[in-house]
Amino acid sequence: MLKEMLSLLEKNARIEVTDLAALLNTDEKTINDQIKECEEKNIIAGYHTIVNWENANTEIVKAMIAVSSTPERDKGYDHIAEIIANYPEVNSLYLVSGRTEFILIINGSTMREIADFVAHRLAPIEGINTTETMFILKEYKIMGEIMDKENGKPERLLMTL
Amino acid sequence: MMIFDELINIQVKEMAPSGIRKFFDIASSKKGVISLGVGEPDFITPYHIREAAMHAINTGKTFYTANKGLLELRQEICNYYLRRFNLSYNPNNECMITVGGSEAIDIVLRAILNEGDEVILPTPSYVAYAPIIQLSKGKVVEVTMTEENGFKLKKDQLKKAISDKTKAIVINFPSNPTGGIMEYDDYLEIADLIKENNILVISDEIYAELTYDKKHVSIANIEQLKENTIIINGFSKAYSMTGYRVGYILAEKPLIEMFNKIHQYTIMCASTPSQFAAIEAAKNGDKDIEEMYLSFKQRRNYIVKELNRIGLRTHLPEGAFYVFPSIKSTNMTSNEFCETLLDKENLALVPGSAFGADGEGYVRISYAYSLEEIKQAIERLERFLKSL
Repeated sequence: MLKEMLSLLEKNARIEVTDLAALLNTDEKTINDQIKECEEKNIIAGYHTIVNWENANTEIVKAMIAVSSTPERDKGYDHIAEIIANYPEVNSLYLVSGRTEFILIINGSTMREIADFVAHRLAPIEGINTTETMFILKEYKIMGEIMDKENGKPERLLMTL
Repeated sequence: MMIFDELINIQVKEMAPSGIRKFFDIASSKKGVISLGVGEPDFITPYHIREAAMHAINTGKTFYTANKGLLELRQEICNYYLRRFNLSYNPNNECMITVGGSEAIDIVLRAILNEGDEVILPTPSYVAYAPIIQLSKGKVVEVTMTEENGFKLKKDQLKKAISDKTKAIVINFPSNPTGGIMEYDDYLEIADLIKENNILVISDEIYAELTYDKKHVSIANIEQLKENTIIINGFSKAYSMTGYRVGYILAEKPLIEMFNKIHQYTIMCASTPSQFAAIEAAKNGDKDIEEMYLSFKQRRNYIVKELNRIGLRTHLPEGAFYVFPSIKSTNMTSNEFCETLLDKENLALVPGSAFGADGEGYVRISYAYSLEEIKQAIERLERFLKSL
């Protein structure tokens, strides 16, 4: 049931506890307890809203940055990752296989802001060798949600056999 | 001016229009109607399946196929039935593709019935069986499945319905409209009766994948009955592919040969791009089935809890995506109930009487809707019940 509850919350963070209880055939207390436990254990790491900023007529700039770095003795990549992750501009950070070590996604209000972040904060970190900044030109899909939704679902008949 | 009435076949003239037709017309003419009356899943067909159909069209795979359907599709269906239901059929001669389960119902009944043959029909039942039996000049012998028995088919009732004219029985588990299922032991109870009387079993298993907390069992899983059984199934409900119109029949070779005779002259073959989509579904669609299953199960839990809360006593059905609550406490017929509900609250449900006389006193509620839609419908239904 835990997995089912988490999947429902992952799809809709605003789903109500009473609905979760009914869908999963249990009571509200059980759901509340489980959510609390998941939050404490950091199984639920946060609740966010997927905002299509373009439709809100608000300009924000996002970039994906590939970072290559040298691992540290004993600590591997964890220490350097911690430093990068601590910057609030960094939205997501991944250690990846392939040509570079890290991929990070950063949010800013202007291109200048992002350029400054890369030049003054990111690139100077000890152990970072190169960075490659890819500005995001258009967002098509975020967290499973298509941004440019066509209006409405295809229609079904009102009644069928 | 021609008098058409004289020119029409008597069986067709006497065929009653479907009981939901009238409601459909009223509901369609009104604004702001919420309907829980739909008999198809609400998911858009999974993309990889849609893509397979588009690829077939793009690459010109749009010629007729073999009458029985693409061999690759028949192979995948036989693999699927073995994998999921532990039943083995030969793709070369024990499987054929039809235009939905609907065509399968038609050609099977036409192929087996002679005038006056009796077909046992456990009711409440899906609306198509009785008219097609009559069109094939067969006689419908209804057997009541009661709520007390979980809408299962019971031996003593079946026994009473059998005569020396009995040719076949049509079963549909999980059931539209009741959501009832039959388990292995339930089938075992009636197995000897069917075998001894040499009855064909037409088993419409279109809702097989929507069996909750249990594994679907086919009557063909009873070893001695496999040769008696004609399985009808399709892609509509399991993969949300209703508009593709792909169904199939699994049965013994001599039967398939006869069905295929009608099929080759009336249909030729099912839509080719749809058949390619169905290959993709049968091959790589198990995960889609799981996801939809889980979502339906959750909504079933939700709606049953809510219906009981607002005072419509409802059992937890074990299959399909319908609940079939009793409305007898309102002292209304199911037709009156649904008409008044539609009139007062703009909520469309299907009256139980559309599924045969045994459905009187019940309504069919489909939960193939979003949680938001179900919530609004429950709100309207609650207000309606309080106003009575």
